[in-house]
Amino acid sequence: MTRRQRYEATQRRRSLIIAGSSTALVIAAIVIFVPMAPGWEKVQRSFFNGGVLANTFPKLLEAFKVNVMIFALCTPAIAILGLLIAFARDAKSPAFFPLRIFGAAFTDVFRGVPVILTVYLIGFGIPGLGLPRPYNSPYIWGSLALILTYSAYVAEIFRSGIESVHHSQRSAALSLGLSERQVMRYVVLPQAVRNVVPSQMNMLIALQKDVSLLSFIGPVEIFRQAGVFKSLTANFTPYVGAAIIFLIVTIPATRYADYLMAKQQKARS
Amino acid sequence: MAKLELRGVIKRFGNMTVCDNIDLDVEQGQMVCLIGASGAGKSTLLRCINLLEPVEDGAIYLDGKDIAEPGLNPQIVRARIGMVFQSFNLFPHMTALENAMLAPRCLHVKSRDELRSEVEELFTKFGLADRIDNYPDQLSGGQQQRVAIVRALALRPEVMLFDEITSALDPQLVGEVLDVLLMLKNQGMTMVLATHEMGFAREAADKVCFLQSGRIIEEGPPEAVFDAPQRPETQAFLARALK
Repeated sequence: MTRRQRYEATQRRRSLIIAGSSTALVIAAIVIFVPMAPGWEKVQRSFFNGGVLANTFPKLLEAFKVNVMIFALCTPAIAILGLLIAFARDAKSPAFFPLRIFGAAFTDVFRGVPVILTVYLIGFGIPGLGLPRPYNSPYIWGSLALILTYSAYVAEIFRSGIESVHHSQRSAALSLGLSERQVMRYVVLPQAVRNVVPSQMNMLIALQKDVSLLSFIGPVEIFRQAGVFKSLTANFTPYVGAAIIFLIVTIPATRYADYLMAKQQKARS
Repeated sequence: MAKLELRGVIKRFGNMTVCDNIDLDVEQGQMVCLIGASGAGKSTLLRCINLLEPVEDGAIYLDGKDIAEPGLNPQIVRARIGMVFQSFNLFPHMTALENAMLAPRCLHVKSRDELRSEVEELFTKFGLADRIDNYPDQLSGGQQQRVAIVRALALRPEVMLFDEITSALDPQLVGEVLDVLLMLKNQGMTMVLATHEMGFAREAADKVCFLQSGRIIEEGPPEAVFDAPQRPETQAFLARALK
């Protein structure tokens, strides 16, 4: 081993020891001090109850299917509506002026109102019009509230993606005799969509969590189900179970989005 | 009647007159080189000819028909005039072949198979046969620029415009692109180049135009402009450029 390699090996060992011992210290502090809190016994019993968790977890998973289903139905609708709103806001022809105004108003309203308010107003308001049976379902109108809100955000991300495509690409495409529409369809949009995939992934993760807001207007999805179990067992552990189920889905998804983001950063530099 | 005739072309950006009353004749099969310092208006003039920039005033005749006429559909004109850019501007999400096929496919000129064999033939002619399935970022600068030329040629244009197409290339890659221009010239293509390659302009051009502040200060055959420039501005520019 050369002198340099010896030096680097010592450095590596040193940082390993420091990282290891500081982590151990923090964990030890939590394990020792948290149980010393006066209410710990009670908290442990009502939030981290192994028996309750084992009993309710399968049912919670079952309820989570409702979340997944609502999510799966909303996603394509959001993608399409978001893209249409983005186009509406970017429409240049004077004939489309009303469309442009509509697009701007749409994004302003639905980005400016808390999601839960939109869910309440649409989820309670529209069935209140006296619609017949299957059409007054809170599942439908709650989903619509999510679709509208998320389309507003997704549209803005698409718009930033369209603007991120360098104008020289447009020049090149126009110089080949393509129409404005063909330039958008074949040259700008494919690149724009690719550029915003990581950002849209993050929107999907947020949507997955916000599906739970529908529980406030009726649908029995995982959060609502956990609430039911809380009442039945007089224990908060089902909420922790629900949180675990969310994390199982969202952690890999966020990691994947981060990976895509890092890859894109690398490609750009 | 010349293939391409510019009469009194004026282009302004705000208060700046970028093309100031430009007159230019390009005969069928001629290669015309525009030289001059950066910002002299060479690129803008080319963009005006291809209708990428609307002109403020003047006429641009292609086969005697004014293509700068307001209200004209620019698509048809652009398909007849090919353009190649300094920064290649290939579409990064498409292979070389897809780049070249896009415009002819959009204009529905031929069946897909017929077109494909034609475009492949073009790639072969320019030494790119083994590159057709590569994406732009898998190609060298010289190869990318040749693909961009093939892409413009795929529409069978009558006139080709080249906007400093070797300026972004490493010196050892310039030659392969200039060779392509010579090939096109030998085939009788009508071409207008904005270029900083003085040696190439002197060798290959039929006519050289020196631009400064948006005006054509001096024009003539390359021997005249390079060896016996009449105007002091041209002399000063060439003294710097050929140093």
